[in-house]
Amino acid sequence: MNIAAPAKAAVQTDWPNAIYRALKAHHVAQVSYVPDAGHSRLIELSHADPAIATTVLTTEEEGVALSAGAWLGGDRAVVLMQSSGVGNCINMLSLLASCRFPFLTLVTMRGEWAEFNPWQIPMGKATAQAFEIMGVTVFRLERPDDAEEVVSAACTLAFESDQPIAILISQRMLGAKKWTETK
Amino acid sequence: MKNSLLDRREAVKALLQGRGDLLVVTGLGSSSYDVFDAGDHDGNFYLWGAMGGAAVMGLGLAQAQPKRPVLVITGDGEQLMGIGGLLTIAARKPQNLSIAVLDNGHFGETGMQRSHSGLGAKLDDIARGAGFSSVVEITELAGIAAFRADVHRLADGPKLALVRISTDHVDRALPPRDGVFLKNRFRQHIGLAVS
Repeated sequence: MNIAAPAKAAVQTDWPNAIYRALKAHHVAQVSYVPDAGHSRLIELSHADPAIATTVLTTEEEGVALSAGAWLGGDRAVVLMQSSGVGNCINMLSLLASCRFPFLTLVTMRGEWAEFNPWQIPMGKATAQAFEIMGVTVFRLERPDDAEEVVSAACTLAFESDQPIAILISQRMLGAKKWTETK
Repeated sequence: MKNSLLDRREAVKALLQGRGDLLVVTGLGSSSYDVFDAGDHDGNFYLWGAMGGAAVMGLGLAQAQPKRPVLVITGDGEQLMGIGGLLTIAARKPQNLSIAVLDNGHFGETGMQRSHSGLGAKLDDIARGAGFSSVVEITELAGIAAFRADVHRLADGPKLALVRISTDHVDRALPPRDGVFLKNRFRQHIGLAVS
């Protein structure tokens, strides 16, 4: 009897773990987040790691200020958010440009691929531009197999070259959100 | 006519007396001027923007430097803009983080419009409700001395002091505005590499 995992799951990279490995390899010591279903595994991994101070935020802009404070004290920090929260960060992102603080955020996308909720679409369409007008460099992560490499490259740019970087994780890769729960 | 509330410059000077290894983040506007006027220090990080971000910036710093006391000095208007940050800080319970809100009930930088605090909101009650371990309201210099001792004690955090200050005019005292300079100076002060 074949009890191996289905072929599709077997070849699919466990991308939250891949991201976590990349963050650890780059000595990230603080993770803050406004939760999103797409980030749930990474949030669990972060909370379970005593070497990472994991902070739940009330709004995404707090994550920008938190990361800057962490850097002042010698910690590397990453913010996890959903695309709908990116607009909340606009003015706080000026802190990064004014002080040339490193910054890395991982953004799960809504409103772009098989979206069922029209209210997600305006901010989803504007997410990349919202970052770009504030000088943040935008990377896209479209395939699970690329997760470790993209996050690793972003960490180097952020923490070694003092750059503000956002990685947009595509909704297609995350899987479209289901309208109803299925067991 | 001078009212009976604390003079902001005197209060901040008293708060920073004998500062030792204290690290300070200031909210934009008058709080930055007050801290600079008390004596410039490499362990001060003055915000000139990022309104609403001072307290949570203090949290990131406090988590990175758990063995040093971290004090955020900000105004009521600045803290009001980042009011959710009080919940975020309380959820993490940093033992080394204190916040002093210089509360005159007004937006001082923009023409002295009344703030929510001046219209009845109680920032000390809000901090208590958010889950701050220690909250005090300070109306005289003796209270500042007691809070200063508490700031340096790395236990029972996070702490918040609501410092009732007067709206009397004070001259501007302008700290450096170059953010990259302030960042690198601060990091060098605590022994980190300047990239």
